[in-house]
Amino acid sequence: MNNTDKVKQSLKKRYAKEKRFQLYGKIAVMTGFVFLGLLLLDIITKAIPAFQSTEILLEIPLDRHTLELSSNIALNEDTLSAIDYAGLVKKSMRQKFPDIKKRKDKKQLYKLISSGAEFDLRDMVISKPELISTTPLLIWVKADDDIDTFFKLQTRTSRVTDKQAEFVEQLILQDQIRTSFNTTFFTASDSREPEQAGIKGALLGSFWTLLVTLFLSLPIGIGAAVYLEEFAPQNKLTDFIEININNLAAVPSIVFGLLGLAVFINFFGMPRSVPLVGGLVLSLMTLPTIIISSRAAIKSVPPSIKEAALGLGASHMQTVFHHVLPLAMPGILTGAIIGMAQALGETAPLLMIGMVAFIVDIPGGVVDSATVLPVQIYLWSDSPERAFTALTAATILVLLAFLAVMNMLAIFLRKHFERRW
Amino acid sequence: MSINTSAKISQPFQANTEPMLEETSNKATTKSSDNKSDITIGENIIENPKFSTRNVDVFYDDKQAIFNASLDIGRNEVIALIGPSGCGKSTFLRTLNRMNDTIPSCRISGEITLDGENIYDKKMDPVLLRARVGMVFQKANPFPKSIYDNVAYGPRLHGLARTNSELDEIVITSLEKAGLFNEVKDRLTAPGTGLSGGQQQRLCIARTISVSPEVILMDEPASALDPIATAIIEELIDELRVNFTIAIVTHSMQQAARVSQRTAYFHMGKIIEVGNTSQIFTNPRHQLTENYITGKFG
Repeated sequence: MNNTDKVKQSLKKRYAKEKRFQLYGKIAVMTGFVFLGLLLLDIITKAIPAFQSTEILLEIPLDRHTLELSSNIALNEDTLSAIDYAGLVKKSMRQKFPDIKKRKDKKQLYKLISSGAEFDLRDMVISKPELISTTPLLIWVKADDDIDTFFKLQTRTSRVTDKQAEFVEQLILQDQIRTSFNTTFFTASDSREPEQAGIKGALLGSFWTLLVTLFLSLPIGIGAAVYLEEFAPQNKLTDFIEININNLAAVPSIVFGLLGLAVFINFFGMPRSVPLVGGLVLSLMTLPTIIISSRAAIKSVPPSIKEAALGLGASHMQTVFHHVLPLAMPGILTGAIIGMAQALGETAPLLMIGMVAFIVDIPGGVVDSATVLPVQIYLWSDSPERAFTALTAATILVLLAFLAVMNMLAIFLRKHFERRW
Repeated sequence: MSINTSAKISQPFQANTEPMLEETSNKATTKSSDNKSDITIGENIIENPKFSTRNVDVFYDDKQAIFNASLDIGRNEVIALIGPSGCGKSTFLRTLNRMNDTIPSCRISGEITLDGENIYDKKMDPVLLRARVGMVFQKANPFPKSIYDNVAYGPRLHGLARTNSELDEIVITSLEKAGLFNEVKDRLTAPGTGLSGGQQQRLCIARTISVSPEVILMDEPASALDPIATAIIEELIDELRVNFTIAIVTHSMQQAARVSQRTAYFHMGKIIEVGNTSQIFTNPRHQLTENYITGKFG
């Protein structure tokens, strides 16, 4: 048997091996995709109902006689807010179902609509006093979350009574119940009532927190990276700092939360639950990421460019600021955005500093109590009401959308600016 | 024949020199005096030099790259530094404008003077030195900016132009001197990195002469270029000699023969022989030089 035959014999085996290896790879990729697909599918199907809300049509008489407002009373905020809106809403509900006499049934009837309906009505009237007229007001008010779930998903839970199911059927027949786009989800803050809960508070909380993080970690991170990469003397201390920065990147995030609690809140006496402290803690967490990626970006600037500038008589600092930093910027920004995306999705350290509180107010600045998107998800996922499941999934979708946008921005920056020409 | 001009001169010089690092200097002198072959043959010392180096030792950490180098570079001359790879000619060139300062492990002892001033003196600012001693690198390294901005960078840096028209003037003359202006005059705002290799190298030369240095150091400026581009650069070097002093490191002996007036042959970190280019190439005095130029090694 000569060599050619030997090679031929082994060839078949070798090719089979390669094919097998490729197959393993394909299976691995497919498995990954299947799990990712399942995850997304699950979240999306659960989230869709949250973007729809059930509304019930109410006819509310708003003439002065019914409201017991004599014609000489001026329509200002005081007089308008004194009106018994809850009574009006209840009355309107009773008129829909005139046969209901029993007190127990009435109670169930009132529970069809959201407890926030009366406040919506009040706000509407106060902002538009001309609604007080002889023509009754036709208004779609939000249904209670149990009714909402029942109507949207056609699944009845034990929280919807037989009587209520009957009411809903009648409303459907009279075409007085509908679903519409749930704007509350984007305009409201957290609430105990799912139909009144929204993510605006958490979104703004995340925004303020990330703003603090960005303003702290980007300049400090770039400064540290430039110094370590370009100016620091090569000695034991620098090595020690380098090792520790790399180690910090691997520290569990909750540890940063504990540190924030101990240092910023307990020692410096900063307030709890505020984006300022959240941002500080997330900065600590993001800094190593930014420093490491910035150093890599600075290192990747061709030394020939630096030599050219130095050879022309540029000082070291001029070389760094005129040539190295601009060329490294896309890489630095990519790292910063990925760091920010990490910070956006971080929950654990924020729990430690009290950003897990139930906060209804929408934060207007970095020292207002706030929560953030991932913590909001955590809070809602813990709530017993069924409607919160959908809200949780919808918030996850919003968070994922933001993360996707940030990552795409990072990819865009890398692709677009990496080569300047 | 003056066999050891440097040896004679280096004695008093060693007494006068204030070495940068005394310890290493001492070590180096003892080491190199043991070594017989560090005596440079030929005319390494000339009268009224532009650059003058005496007993220069260069170390990278503990590894010595240059041994006791003494060499003068005359005014408005092109001196070629030749020798096999790793012989220290690039290192030597880079000590002349203190580019080696950027390498932390690099230590230099001995004396290097530019117009009689010690360039490693505390009073000498490396930034100022590099404005006076420009450098062209082996690989064309234009900034990723426009052609105009590439040339204008140096003058802007040093504030050489007060007005925009003055700056335009500097850019145009520099490009003209580098023989590039006619090729790029219609696209000064185009990126410098979009030019061909030879054009990029001439752009780098234009960038170097834009700050009107006194000396230009060239580190194998044509090694990455085709013969036509090389010929253009060589012609350019000859023209630049009128205004500048040029030291050029080259691997091509033909190039050294074509562009330079004097040639220094480096071997294992030592300057073996220095002389007129024609003499070096026709009548080398040292065996190593002869071996190298006749192609026995290297």
